Amino acid sequence: MKIEELREHLCERHPDLCPLFSLEFGDGILVVDAEKLHDAASDLCDLGFDLLGWCTAVDRGTFFEMVYRLRSRTMQVGMFLKCQVPRESPSIASLTDLWPAANWHEREVYDLFGITFEGHPDLRRMFLPDDWPGHPLRKDYADDRMIRRPDYF
Amino acid sequence: MALVDRLAKSLDGAPVLLTSVDALIDWSLGHSLWAMPMGTACCAMELIAASFSKFDFDRHGTFPRPDPRHVDVMVMAGTITRKMQPAIKRLYEQMPDPKFVVAMGNCAISGGIFFYDSYSVVRGVDEFLPVDVYIAGCPPRPESLQDGVLQLRELLATRSIDPAKRYPKELLLPTPSDERRGEAKPAEGEDGEPA
Repeated sequence: MKIEELREHLCERHPDLCPLFSLEFGDGILVVDAEKLHDAASDLCDLGFDLLGWCTAVDRGTFFEMVYRLRSRTMQVGMFLKCQVPRESPSIASLTDLWPAANWHEREVYDLFGITFEGHPDLRRMFLPDDWPGHPLRKDYADDRMIRRPDYF
Repeated sequence: MALVDRLAKSLDGAPVLLTSVDALIDWSLGHSLWAMPMGTACCAMELIAASFSKFDFDRHGTFPRPDPRHVDVMVMAGTITRKMQPAIKRLYEQMPDPKFVVAMGNCAISGGIFFYDSYSVVRGVDEFLPVDVYIAGCPPRPESLQDGVLQLRELLATRSIDPAKRYPKELLLPTPSDERRGEAKPAEGEDGEPA
């Protein structure tokens, strides 16, 4: 299935998601609000996206952006699902109930960005020690051992 | 080695014997430097390439052994993370004496491209182990690695089995975390002790 056909298919089945869908660099991107993330993901799961490749977060300064990479083995098409998480209260619904693969990926995002996933079965740190202070992939992270990069680089 | 050490202590007035034993031991050790490939990152690919037939490390008597108890030299190839550091130190402690460390690549020398803004990378293997040879490059070519082994052999030739002269004085360079490295000397108190 081509990505244009996917767009028509999505608009037919879920008209509310259709205006949020865009095409960039030959890939479908669906940007939803943080409250509607779980509903949209559930709709996509019903539509045939049976594989969550990975999920990660991006620190955009004023907010975090969650990125999910979905793929459908039946339709042979992939797409991105994105949503913005406020920096003050970084919390979002967990997608572990839809795709079990989200379990460890969300733990990793929690470990390195400090985003809390509501409904996650086992939200602990993934890589860092349990007593590690802070979340190191945030842009404003600093500790005593780090050497700041000078401006001229 | 322990026997020779005792011999060196008891036979203080027999330098002729010791130089001959020195030369024999340095020759035998220098031509059978078994290496532990401590590859933690992409430099390990060059280390593997150096072992195989195109570059053929074995003609220098150097070939990889995965067991720290069999090896003379640890080739530290790759980035050292804070999590890996205790394991590397433990492997080094398991190696029998005499043991040497080769820091291969910029990450093992100084942290390399991870020097700045990194929460997880140790800035060089010499933060916690004594390094004998540094090989620069990102990654170094296998030829550089072979040159490093030849340099290590030259270093061995200047070394004595006498424990007091195990390393020549000019080779005792300070490591980055050494307090001798800074220009500022520690302020001395009134009784001559460092404050």
